[in-house]
Amino acid sequence: MYALREAIAAFRRAPVLTGLSSAMVGLALFVVGLFSLAAHNLELALAAIEERVEVVVYLRDDARQSEIDLLLEELSRFEEVRLVTYVSKRDALERARSELPEFGELFMDAEVNPLPQSLEVEIRSGESSLEVVSRIAESAEGYPFVEDSQYGREWVDRLFALRRIGFASTAVLGGAFGLVAALIIGAALRIAIFARREEILVMRLVGATSGFILRPFLLEGALAGLGGALIAWAITYGTYRGVYAYLFEIAWVPGWWVGVGLLAGGLFGAISSGFAIRRHLREV
Amino acid sequence: MIRLNHVTKDYPKRGRALDDVSFHLRKGEFAFLTGHSGSGKSTTLRLIHMADRPTDGEVRVSGFSSATLSERELWKLRRRVGMVFQDFRLLPGRTALENVAFVLEVTGTPRKVIQPKAQRLLSQVGLGPKAGAMVHELSGGEQQRVAIARALANDPYVLLADEPTGNLDDRATRGVMDLLWDINAKGMAVLMATHDLEVLRRHSTARVFELDQGRLVYDSAPSTEAS
Repeated sequence: MYALREAIAAFRRAPVLTGLSSAMVGLALFVVGLFSLAAHNLELALAAIEERVEVVVYLRDDARQSEIDLLLEELSRFEEVRLVTYVSKRDALERARSELPEFGELFMDAEVNPLPQSLEVEIRSGESSLEVVSRIAESAEGYPFVEDSQYGREWVDRLFALRRIGFASTAVLGGAFGLVAALIIGAALRIAIFARREEILVMRLVGATSGFILRPFLLEGALAGLGGALIAWAITYGTYRGVYAYLFEIAWVPGWWVGVGLLAGGLFGAISSGFAIRRHLREV
Repeated sequence: MIRLNHVTKDYPKRGRALDDVSFHLRKGEFAFLTGHSGSGKSTTLRLIHMADRPTDGEVRVSGFSSATLSERELWKLRRRVGMVFQDFRLLPGRTALENVAFVLEVTGTPRKVIQPKAQRLLSQVGLGPKAGAMVHELSGGEQQRVAIARALANDPYVLLADEPTGNLDDRATRGVMDLLWDINAKGMAVLMATHDLEVLRRHSTARVFELDQGRLVYDSAPSTEAS
């Protein structure tokens, strides 16, 4: 009760400084929020792409039917595989003619069918990770009559790399802004400590516990952090609405991410003030 | 109650402040700690209050030892040892009652008890009618009485007073001294640092420790116990 009363009183005593602390935490968490929004949408895009991922195994022209059947059976045994379809050279040509009408004449005039026979491997929903499709493709490539296998590795690799860059940028920029915010919270608390040094001195003299002395400052830091997190949430949500309305459709982050962000803001504020006050209490 | 065993205190810049000091203040005793400025009076009180630790030797206060009491548990000692200062160290911008109540609040006294106990403590030091006065409105002697009431808030075993009459006129000094004797008469030990010879002369029945350049050079009633 005392701690809460003192923490609120501290806000009243120095509203500008406390507001500045909150704003800096808000800015730090806004960067994290923005990147989280991007990472979440990238994640959704990846999931959608993964859903459509299939492995195509191209077979040599001289592959015997018995060998093809054997491979088809082998690939069907993978738990993650939903369906394996054999596409003959003729079927491939038919499909090319219907799907690529601009090359129709080329396919009509060809004396020899240039397209290879293949096995198309469809992956079960939710199982098409990079690791799974690589494993299936590598397994097929072990057969001598397999010419090649493809699953859009470059695109998948690029998307995964993009996601890693997103996370790294979030961590680095969030960390840098976080450090600045911690310094500002520290400065605000040092001023608060200075303003209350007489009280702190008396508290120490008469036997108040360290926890009792620390609590109002920790709470003040936590409130500043929570305020910052709310600011970050508001700006990130505003940005999301703006992008959604004027640029392109994106998804909002899951609710529990927001919860974690608010909690992180509060914790961040409390920890920053904890560091600041421990050092300065020794000097009072 | 309070025992100093061969206590030495060195400060990095100032050098040796106390040099092999030993004494034993018994329960319920009233003692003066006297000596010139810089003789080590305040250092002795700081060591007893454990605001500092000895460089060598040991300070024992009501079962707490300077050798083993951690910073984390210092509050336990502080609630058993009341302390008043020459400059009062009251919280400005608060009333006398609020100053005393503050101590009770920060040491976890139940809410219901705080106001009546603070009022009773102020009455005990003769300031009942002035409980609602802001501290800056009070005279020096009255401010020191508030400080004494505050020091008594936790019902300590011993009261340490560092030159409590140093800023007071003769009349206020007499009032504060009478108050300290009243408190002592109720069984609380009092150890008061002073260099005021007039105070020592007036209260010649009290025990006297004299320090000179950090050494204990006189004890009017030395303990027969081996330290």
